[in-house]
Amino acid sequence: MEPPALTPQGVPNRTRRWRRIRRIALLPAAALALAGCGIPNFGASPGATTSSRSVFHLWQGFSVGAVVVGGITTVLIVWAVFRYRRKGDHVPKQSQYHIPLELTYTIVPILIVLGLFAATVVVENKEVADPKTSVTIDVNAFQWGWKFTYPGKNVVVVGQTTEDPEMVMPVNENVHINLTSSDVLHGFYVHAFNFSRYALPGVLNQFTFRAVATGTYNGQCTQLCGLYHSLMFFRVKVVSQSAYATWLAANYNPSAAQAAQSATNQQTSSVVPTKVQKSEGDN
Amino acid sequence: MTDVLAPPVVAPPEDLVAGHDHEEPHGPTGILKWMTSTDHKVIGMSYTVTSVIMMVIGGAFAEVIRAQLWTPDNKLVSLAQFNELFTMHGSVMIYLFAGPFAFAALANIIVPIQIGAPDMAFPRLNALSYWLYLTGSITLLSGFFVSGGAANFGWVAYAPLSNSINTPGAGADLWIGGLLLTGFSAIFTGVNITATVFYLRAPGMTMFRMPIFTWNLLVTAILILLAFPVLTAGLIMLYCDRHFGTHIFSVAGGGVPVLWQHIFWFWGHPEVYILALPFFGMVTEIIAVFSRKPVFGYKGMVFATLTIGALSLGVWAHHMFTTGVVLLPFFSIMSLLIAVPTGIKMFNWIGTMWRGQIWFSTAMLMAVGFLVTFLIGGLTGIYLASPPLDFFTHDTYFVVAHFHSIVMALVMGAMGGLYYWGPKITGYMLNETIGKIQFWFLFIGTQIFTLPMYLLGLRGMPRRVGIYPLHTSWQYLNQVSSVGALLVGISTIAFIVNVAYSWKKYPAGDNPWDAHTLEWFTTSPPPHHNFYRLPQIRSERPTWDYNHPGHSAAEHGHHHEQHEEVSVP
Repeated sequence: MEPPALTPQGVPNRTRRWRRIRRIALLPAAALALAGCGIPNFGASPGATTSSRSVFHLWQGFSVGAVVVGGITTVLIVWAVFRYRRKGDHVPKQSQYHIPLELTYTIVPILIVLGLFAATVVVENKEVADPKTSVTIDVNAFQWGWKFTYPGKNVVVVGQTTEDPEMVMPVNENVHINLTSSDVLHGFYVHAFNFSRYALPGVLNQFTFRAVATGTYNGQCTQLCGLYHSLMFFRVKVVSQSAYATWLAANYNPSAAQAAQSATNQQTSSVVPTKVQKSEGDN
Repeated sequence: MTDVLAPPVVAPPEDLVAGHDHEEPHGPTGILKWMTSTDHKVIGMSYTVTSVIMMVIGGAFAEVIRAQLWTPDNKLVSLAQFNELFTMHGSVMIYLFAGPFAFAALANIIVPIQIGAPDMAFPRLNALSYWLYLTGSITLLSGFFVSGGAANFGWVAYAPLSNSINTPGAGADLWIGGLLLTGFSAIFTGVNITATVFYLRAPGMTMFRMPIFTWNLLVTAILILLAFPVLTAGLIMLYCDRHFGTHIFSVAGGGVPVLWQHIFWFWGHPEVYILALPFFGMVTEIIAVFSRKPVFGYKGMVFATLTIGALSLGVWAHHMFTTGVVLLPFFSIMSLLIAVPTGIKMFNWIGTMWRGQIWFSTAMLMAVGFLVTFLIGGLTGIYLASPPLDFFTHDTYFVVAHFHSIVMALVMGAMGGLYYWGPKITGYMLNETIGKIQFWFLFIGTQIFTLPMYLLGLRGMPRRVGIYPLHTSWQYLNQVSSVGALLVGISTIAFIVNVAYSWKKYPAGDNPWDAHTLEWFTTSPPPHHNFYRLPQIRSERPTWDYNHPGHSAAEHGHHHEQHEEVSVP
């Protein structure tokens, strides 16, 4: 690129310069437009639930913004660094203010941020919505494992550390999760669902998954919970609705469920005697 | 503008100005001077040396952590030791290095001189701050020598993991005690800087003639006063929960564990800016001086700093989006908005370089390295302000990568500050060749170390795990990251080598960089009360104005239509 055009007075030709800057700024946008619907995934994946997919699209949107803004800023930094290396000892023009430019780089970011916020709210409202459902799973986290209880179905799955308990849930069905913790904080994180939520002692956290693809997905505790935090794995197995019914029937075990329930009650009564704060995902 | 050429206020005593090795007129020397001094420069130097040692210690922990993660099931350290290591790595880096280095090390030395003051407002309180900081640091680190080991509940000490049932050891109590001591140290420093800036400015040094570094330290000090007492109170509550049977953070007694997170982050998020603003200030000074231009959009930058300070008090719960018990949209928009003043600063920095005459000394390279690294960390931070994206990345390596981009940028700012102000403080330059080697190791190492972590997070690797399932891509990315961490470690060694190699080798002179602000008007190192004479202060660049008559800000700028805007108030 040639150095900035100068008029005879040494004053840069701002119009020409702006035209060039605009051209540079439009390049990434043009590249994206050419890419069309094939927006890159920027390292994330669409995941296996309806909300994981909207989160993924939000991710793509944010990433496009980050690439454009970051790209322009990088170009400006690199340009300044190479173009304005010291050449001789003369003192450069001591310009300090340029009000229109300053207003631009204040107002444009505000608009970008408002756009990002609007997109955030749309996705967030979708994600924390609590639609009616017939499938409920109580998820209880403890040091260092998980217990998945299917209320009313007499089915309980418990597993510690490397046993990797499996939470089975039906596909194409809203699955309501009640998340609690028996001791310290834990993080209920399913990578393929693009989602995590703390399991908090004394708080009932509620949210809904609607899986759209069958498969087995890895989950893990993400919030430091003590010595074996690194080993607090689980799996989520999304199966067809008929397979889910079969699985429920095969694992029907009233005594185990009762034992687990009474153990929970005992645990709860020793740890959580007073009030259980209920918290909706959307408050 | 010729009035800046007015004669010095006080004629310099020739014999004292001439040499750099003049003795202080009074007081003890050697270790006694170090132990008894209330001189802000001596205290600042103590802070600088201590906090850099803390950086080396914290960095050593990081190298062990990265070595442990080289293979999925490494036996280098046990899981218990690993928990101690990352807890102490974070604690040492945040509480003992980044914070004190930011608001008490160079700030202590430079802020009074930049505003033409003879010392800090409360010199003895200043000394007390340092000794509290040193004892607090030793207290915190001594956790390694008690049975049960050091604190192991993460640097955030979330309740109820941090209670006496889950973490019974004395290491946790030493952690709390150490932070109480350093917390009071920070509060006293905040008081001191605020009072110094408000009361000890030289005649002519109006608020809008203060250098950006001083402005940023003022905002930092005010944030310290608002945030640190909250943490200190929280730590006392935590101690009471552990030992005196209170149940503030335990469900069993009717307490609320999440309250700890509110208290912690009400300190913790302003703390992010308490760490960052001083380094922003250092970088601003460096970029302006080495571009030979005034800070572009000086007033806009001051307002951006004030805005960041104000917003930073209303964003704490973005660390708690996944608790399910905070108001998501409010904290989301507040957090997103911080991007605006931060972006303004970025454009101010670029605008300062624009059409300048950039001299790439090590300090300037560090500042440019800061810009690039901070840009990466800043942009990835915007994702985390969006709750759905935070649900997705919270407590994964994406977050680790984000804040390591930020803090590594701050480390570059710190190194830039040391190369830039080191000659003023010691009277001697550091070696530029070793400095540039250090820079490239630090800059390239940082990117190799942080960028794989973003991918690790996106592929689902949680933070704070000492072993991980055998995913080929996780192991590969961890190894790349570890190599980067090693390069960063080498850069730190290069810095230590440089200090040793350059020891009293290259006399600096009073103003080796042709710099702008008052500290470069006095000798290197400055005399006991900093100045024998002062120039007239008619802008935020009194030394530049004195040395370059006719080159005041924008007097000959090309935007003639803005003439009234550019004249200095």
